[in-house]
Amino acid sequence: MDELIKYAPELALGFWENVKLSLVGVVASLILGTILVAMRVSPTPVLRAAGTVYVNVIRNTPLTLVLAFSALGLSDQLGLVFSEMPTTNSFWIVAMGLSAYTSAFVCEALRAGVNTVPLGQAEAARAIGLTFIQSLTMIILPQAFRAVIAPLGSVMIAMIKNTTVATAGGFLLDAAATMKEVFDTTGASIPIFLGLVVAFMALTLPIGFLTGWLARRLAVVR
Amino acid sequence: MSTSVLFDAPGPRARVRNGLLTVVGAALVAGALYGIWAGFDAKGQWEGKIWEPFLQWNTWEVYIIPGLIGTLRAAAAASVLALAFGAIFGLARLSDHKWIRVPAGVVVEVFRAIPLLLLIFFIFYVAPTVFGGGDYAFMAVVLGLTLYNGSVLAEVVRAGVNAVPKGQSEAAYAVGMRKNQVMRLVLLPQAVTAMMPAIVSQLVVLLKDTALGYIIAYVDLLNTGFKILPAVFFGSLIPAAIVIGIIYVLLNMALSYLATWLERRSRRSRKTAAGPIVPPGAGSVALAAGMGGAATGAAIPDVGE
Repeated sequence: MDELIKYAPELALGFWENVKLSLVGVVASLILGTILVAMRVSPTPVLRAAGTVYVNVIRNTPLTLVLAFSALGLSDQLGLVFSEMPTTNSFWIVAMGLSAYTSAFVCEALRAGVNTVPLGQAEAARAIGLTFIQSLTMIILPQAFRAVIAPLGSVMIAMIKNTTVATAGGFLLDAAATMKEVFDTTGASIPIFLGLVVAFMALTLPIGFLTGWLARRLAVVR
Repeated sequence: MSTSVLFDAPGPRARVRNGLLTVVGAALVAGALYGIWAGFDAKGQWEGKIWEPFLQWNTWEVYIIPGLIGTLRAAAAASVLALAFGAIFGLARLSDHKWIRVPAGVVVEVFRAIPLLLLIFFIFYVAPTVFGGGDYAFMAVVLGLTLYNGSVLAEVVRAGVNAVPKGQSEAAYAVGMRKNQVMRLVLLPQAVTAMMPAIVSQLVVLLKDTALGYIIAYVDLLNTGFKILPAVFFGSLIPAAIVIGIIYVLLNMALSYLATWLERRSRRSRKTAAGPIVPPGAGSVALAAGMGGAATGAAIPDVGE
């Protein structure tokens, strides 16, 4: 227990980085995922194919590889730099990789949602003369989003847990890397591990409950 | 709903517009591809010199194949253990005895909520203090994957058994079967058929997550291919990433197709009265999606497709 108290400030700072990564990731992956799903249901075959290829490739690649490639390949080799500060730079590199990875899962969840919208809705939208973009943004997507709130919540929970993989992207300030560093000096400490587990659960459990509650509240009654 | 319902069969004006969109879309995609190509080109990533190692058998024999074997070994061991863990805890959660059901539920929920990497780190650092010195990378990866994926599979098992219509177990009890017999002879055989696609999708997740071993220096495909290989063949980092990326994608896609095929088969199957279980999420996801979706009554078909 002493170790947990002694290293609590460091661990809390590390955990705060995970929270920041999660916040950026939620916003960016939801936006990217929505664009991807629009591409995947669009009338333009080229966009459809591009979306499909992106989703299938990213979904089947380990996140560790995505992040390691973003850091070592894109940043170090190809010179993609967000900031002069190395830690700030690797933060944004990881945030980018994480969002690119998660957006594929957001897209798949949303596509499943689009599949739950009854055919008649789309047909009615077409019948009153709405264009593809109009029927997508006014009719289909609002219903699709409401149908997949719970799965989207699960994707977000997974993403929050995945922020710990930031180490692979060279970002060494997050909770997992901090824990590893502390373990290097003190040896494995059960209180520290449990402390971080509780911290992550404090973040993920409310999201699970909130999205579950929202899903029930906003369910489209048919 | 198939996507083609979202837009009309195009008339002359829509055809022109679609043609225009196709051109614009193609230009955007081509532009993005060209941007990547040019970026690589500017840094000399297309030079034959750095791609050459991948044309030599020696590279595959010394680096890539041993790494692949390491990945598959960890995945195989973890799959077997996770399936056993999932079966035991899934059934324990269905037990009539509260003192079995509640602890099993706590174990499953906790291991599902722990970030996998933290779990692997912890096992990696605890093992030497418990078992003495040695290399515990393999053990940490396998045990971490087992506990996490086993917990997800336990939920799949529970959902699978619950998905068998109640009449089945009622009928079994009515002909005089015992609890054990009902589970073993009636519920499980039907549940397994319904669970197969979800189990295979979870195994894809497991296979992908073996790559976390890279962080604790377990000798897997990512380690030999992305850390050791580029250190030997200087400059080959990006080709290496592309080659091992392709290997991972092919492996996982093959498994995913198996899951889709199984799902289609079990949907047609008359061997089971239970509908197919939605794969509990893709990605390193403790997806309550399957369960959450079912609980809220929203039918979410084919999250994995």
